[in-house]
Amino acid sequence: MHMADALISPAVGGAMWAATAGLTIYSARKLKQEIDDHKVPLMGVLGAFVFAAQMINFTIPATGSSGHLGGGMILSILLGPHAAFLVMASILTVQALFFADGGLLALGCNIFNLGFFPCFVVYPLIYKKIIGAKPTQSRIFAGAMVSAVLGLQMGAFGVVLETICSGVTELPFGTFVLLMQPIHLAIGIVEGLATALVVIFVWKARPEIVEMAGPLEAVPSRSLRKVGLGFLVLAVTTGGALSWFASTHPDGLEWSMFRTSGKEALEPPEHGVHSSLAEIQKKTAFLPDYDFRKEGARTESRAKPRREAAESAPAEQWPAVSAGTSVAGIVGAGITMAVAGLIGFGLKRRQQNKS
Amino acid sequence: MVRSPAFSFSERCAVATPDASAFDISYLDILSSRDTSIHRLDPRAKLLTTLAFIVVVVSFNKYAVAGLVPFVIYPVVVITLGDLPLGYLLRKVLLAAPFAFFIGVFNPFFDREILVRLGPLAVSGGCLSFVSIMIRFFLTVTAALLLISTTGLNGVCLALEKLGAPRAFVVQLLFLYRYLFVLGDEATRLTRARSLRSFEGRGTGIRVFGSLVGQLLLRTLDRARRIHLAMLCRGFDGEVRLLRPLKFTGMDLAYTLGWSTLFVLMRLYDIPQRLGTITMELLR
Repeated sequence: MHMADALISPAVGGAMWAATAGLTIYSARKLKQEIDDHKVPLMGVLGAFVFAAQMINFTIPATGSSGHLGGGMILSILLGPHAAFLVMASILTVQALFFADGGLLALGCNIFNLGFFPCFVVYPLIYKKIIGAKPTQSRIFAGAMVSAVLGLQMGAFGVVLETICSGVTELPFGTFVLLMQPIHLAIGIVEGLATALVVIFVWKARPEIVEMAGPLEAVPSRSLRKVGLGFLVLAVTTGGALSWFASTHPDGLEWSMFRTSGKEALEPPEHGVHSSLAEIQKKTAFLPDYDFRKEGARTESRAKPRREAAESAPAEQWPAVSAGTSVAGIVGAGITMAVAGLIGFGLKRRQQNKS
Repeated sequence: MVRSPAFSFSERCAVATPDASAFDISYLDILSSRDTSIHRLDPRAKLLTTLAFIVVVVSFNKYAVAGLVPFVIYPVVVITLGDLPLGYLLRKVLLAAPFAFFIGVFNPFFDREILVRLGPLAVSGGCLSFVSIMIRFFLTVTAALLLISTTGLNGVCLALEKLGAPRAFVVQLLFLYRYLFVLGDEATRLTRARSLRSFEGRGTGIRVFGSLVGQLLLRTLDRARRIHLAMLCRGFDGEVRLLRPLKFTGMDLAYTLGWSTLFVLMRLYDIPQRLGTITMELLR
């Protein structure tokens, strides 16, 4: 089961989508440079293979449950990192569309967690190092096990970070991590075993397949555009999601001013240059106090001491929720549902009358 | 593969046999080839509307419950006009529900601050956010299923390509879809043969699995080579060309803009709130 849309916020979803889209375009470009055109049907069929292989389960003794193959590592071994990433992305897309396994907005997160970490991090930096120049059975076994475990740990941690940053679930970070990581450690061991056995079988039958992945770059080439994209993504995430958690307490300057003068900011004088400039600023600021303009608060200036502001407006909650009109909300929700049902019913009748 | 906590393993196995999944996909394929007003729309319009829907639904704050309800109008209209089977879609959504459920169900334990009072009942913030998560889940998953059942994967791939996705990725999706059925059949034959030959659970362990899947992989690689040769015989030169003309008509524009405007309006103005307040005023 992959991440669902219900658990992420648009900021996190959008940021991960940006990262995934960038990686997809990068992988596609890299693939074009390889003149090996027999990879096109190979990628498609291997994607279908991973899908089919995930449907074949094996029982795990003494637990009564069963496990199955992952995909990222086998694909990386057979195709190389760029093609493997594209294949993983396509598999996850089909799963999201047809099996409701993972949401469309969360697809960016899922592709990143399950594609980027195995293909671009674990495969070049860990698997290749363990395998070395001449693979032997024990090296393949160790490599597959370690890669699967580490890849899954990273993926699971990615899920934790994305969910926490979205702020929809109440699970605290520590609990979530303690929940996810050990389970995925167990899953990783099982998956590593499965991957190792399959790869060893294939390697014994046709060794050239396991060694056939194309020339490999240990470190992805950096370009200024990519660095810029990375920063843009970071900025969006920080501004969008992390800003909710910005403290509502006064900042250092306001705190010290309050201590010394009883107010958090100086009041501008009533007349003169100051006041006219202040008027202009009030009119033009479309995000006063980093929040949307409140209709009633247009005449309030920031100079008002915080205590007074707190009495005149409802107390700032963190995060801000209004709960006073809840009963009306429920009544209205019921009416809305009824209206939606009636519309559907009416449309159905019209359709039946037409045919 | 990153999976949710272990208790979903057995649920997954109950459904994920090769033939069950292949049947599922082909049924959705049949649904997408019907001919209704929704099916005739340009796939780009449907894709963009679905994405707008999901983004707006997910943008509500975590305690929003009543405000999400009007969004039900989109699935209702599409299912009705598209002549889609409601029971089947609901079952698919329920099958996917455990993941969101088991994450959200912790919320009432961690967030006990009372936010809402309904007469004698005090509802905590955790309960509100849990209900919100489930509503959000239902809406977003239904939107994705509606997209695929009214458009089909070919349509979605066309839309993606016209909207700028890399050609290699779209080609990969199309190939994957094509060979899913073929390899699903192979996997079905393999599992059936294994279960017919394994008495008292012998042969279902990981060693046999390794050779089984290894065999499947070798056969797959051979098949890939045969496909490549067949493509070369038919003139393949390394570049795949997609030749289906798409026309974006006024109807498609109206569909996309109309729905998007409605979503934004429903996001900004809490309709259940207003309806409810008016009703309560009238009742007094």
